Amino acid sequence: MKDIQYMILSKDNFDAFISRLSKLQKLVAPVAKGYDNYAFEEVTSGDQIAVKYIPTVLPPKKYFLPQRETLLEYNVGKGLEVRPVAEYEKMAIFGVHTCDLAGIQCLNMVFSIRPRDYNYLIRKRKLDIIGLECNEYCDKHASCCLVSSHLPNGGYDLFFTDLGDYFIAHVNTQVGENIVESTKYFTQAESLHLEALKDMREKKRAAFKNEVSIEPAFIPEMFDRSFDSKVWKELEERCLACGNCTNVCPTCYCFDILDEMELDLRTGRRYRQWDSCQLEPFAKVAGGENFRKERSARQRHRYYRKFRYPVVKFARFFCTGCGRCSRTCMAEINLKETLNALAMDGSEWKK
Amino acid sequence: MEKVVIKESNYRIRKAKILRTKQLTAHEKLFEIALEGGETLDYEPGQFMMVSLFGVGEVPISISSSPTKSGSFEICVRAVGKVTSAMHRLEAGDEAGIRGPYGKGFPIRILEGNDLLIIAGGLGIAPLRSLIKYALDNRRDFGKVHILLGCKTIQDMLFVDELDQWSKRMDVHYECTLDRAAPDWVGHVGQITTLIPGVHIETERTFAVVVGPPIMYRFVIKELLEKNIRERQIFVSFERHMKCGMGKCGRCQIQSLYCCQDGPVFNYAEIKNMKEALQ
Repeated sequence: MKDIQYMILSKDNFDAFISRLSKLQKLVAPVAKGYDNYAFEEVTSGDQIAVKYIPTVLPPKKYFLPQRETLLEYNVGKGLEVRPVAEYEKMAIFGVHTCDLAGIQCLNMVFSIRPRDYNYLIRKRKLDIIGLECNEYCDKHASCCLVSSHLPNGGYDLFFTDLGDYFIAHVNTQVGENIVESTKYFTQAESLHLEALKDMREKKRAAFKNEVSIEPAFIPEMFDRSFDSKVWKELEERCLACGNCTNVCPTCYCFDILDEMELDLRTGRRYRQWDSCQLEPFAKVAGGENFRKERSARQRHRYYRKFRYPVVKFARFFCTGCGRCSRTCMAEINLKETLNALAMDGSEWKK
Repeated sequence: MEKVVIKESNYRIRKAKILRTKQLTAHEKLFEIALEGGETLDYEPGQFMMVSLFGVGEVPISISSSPTKSGSFEICVRAVGKVTSAMHRLEAGDEAGIRGPYGKGFPIRILEGNDLLIIAGGLGIAPLRSLIKYALDNRRDFGKVHILLGCKTIQDMLFVDELDQWSKRMDVHYECTLDRAAPDWVGHVGQITTLIPGVHIETERTFAVVVGPPIMYRFVIKELLEKNIRERQIFVSFERHMKCGMGKCGRCQIQSLYCCQDGPVFNYAEIKNMKEALQ
């Protein structure tokens, strides 16, 4: 019994596949950047890629919602001329973990809901996504099982799982099929390969357990009762309000919109760039009033934007369990610890 | 990175021309603006616009005129930040860029047929002027119209000529108080809350619409509730610094609400217990 949706790439052919793909279009993939640090960067050969990696410093969000992008170009020289523009780059992203696929799915929802964000949607169409499965936990910060992002839930064109001597690839879209066909290194998956995939997934299901002491179904309710929790005050005492946690978050998308004039004082652009609800001026208005002045209110806002508010609007958590916020925090504010502390606050929600 | 010019951008700007300006106080200036090509802006009282000054930035400003007036609209701008200060340098004939309107305005359809108790503190008169003008242009559709205005000093008073007209109209009950006044001031002195107990209202059919600085709401609403106005019959409008106006940038978020889409006008009953809103 064959399954047409699954293809096999021998590891002997991995380098050749990557080289070929990188010649067909720009290819980015996780690259090792020193001890436990990885980043998505352009690659041209397989040996540049860290196939086994813990979440990159920045998620692939940086390709979908660049740190800075131009929205308008204008010329105020003689009469006002304004051109709305969109920026994009055609490329394939190789090696996207399931947590980051979930992050991209969240961003897709936010920018597709009306009024649609065409700048995002135009760029998204130009990005091919090749996922890569984690057969085991990356590190202690991950909480992907909590949010069910440890297993693939779509959101990719092609999805690789490492099964020893070979990768098994799930072909999810026509784009994925084109990658398979144009690179010519894949063979049809046989039943033994599919069995091996099934075995691996079963082992994974046994190894991945909810990482916190509260069932996901009770989390919205827990947050409903936690607005005045002392946990937020405790975070305030540690938080440096640096905004690292939101920058590295695959589902944080808040932005500022700014103008920049050229030295000719005629032409210029309006651009948006990542902003952070953790920074002091974020909720400030011109008169000086600040609606989230306390760090506790800002940290709380971050957690509610992951676990409570999106449940209303998008029927899902906006935490992907990648662990980046905990990994990057200089004050060691830890997402799993925060959730556990909130759970401790009201014993009836503990599992 | 490739770049394409797109037609359907949400950030597309409509070109507009400043027809007239009026310096209202040392800090506030009124701009009358018309869209290029003679188009009429379709808006509701209480909505806001994103106003652009290219090279400086874009800011959300509430509309001060009533949609009953066609051909142009007005915004009242306080010079308080980088963009608004630069806007004060604009004069009649200058070009501006706008997008919008955005947000949920005052619930005209609900207010119609009822008595209005309009309470404005400071710059709160700017969006409320849109509602007041709308109600006065459609005077038959409303019951009694009470306008209570609070200003810091006489120098901070906006739309002085119009206030004078309103105070003289038979079909409007208008009162004004100053926080601090010179000896020659013959009107009320004190906080705006001091005006509320003296207003004769039929609580059943009165809708209060309150706009002012954040600190004002708590005290004004307390007075209104003491007069037995129902919570559902109180509307407020919030100030937040919207950057996109489309529920994306996150700047105006109040818990799960986006001030730019779910507001800026809110029903008091719906937000009264919401932290980050009034509290």
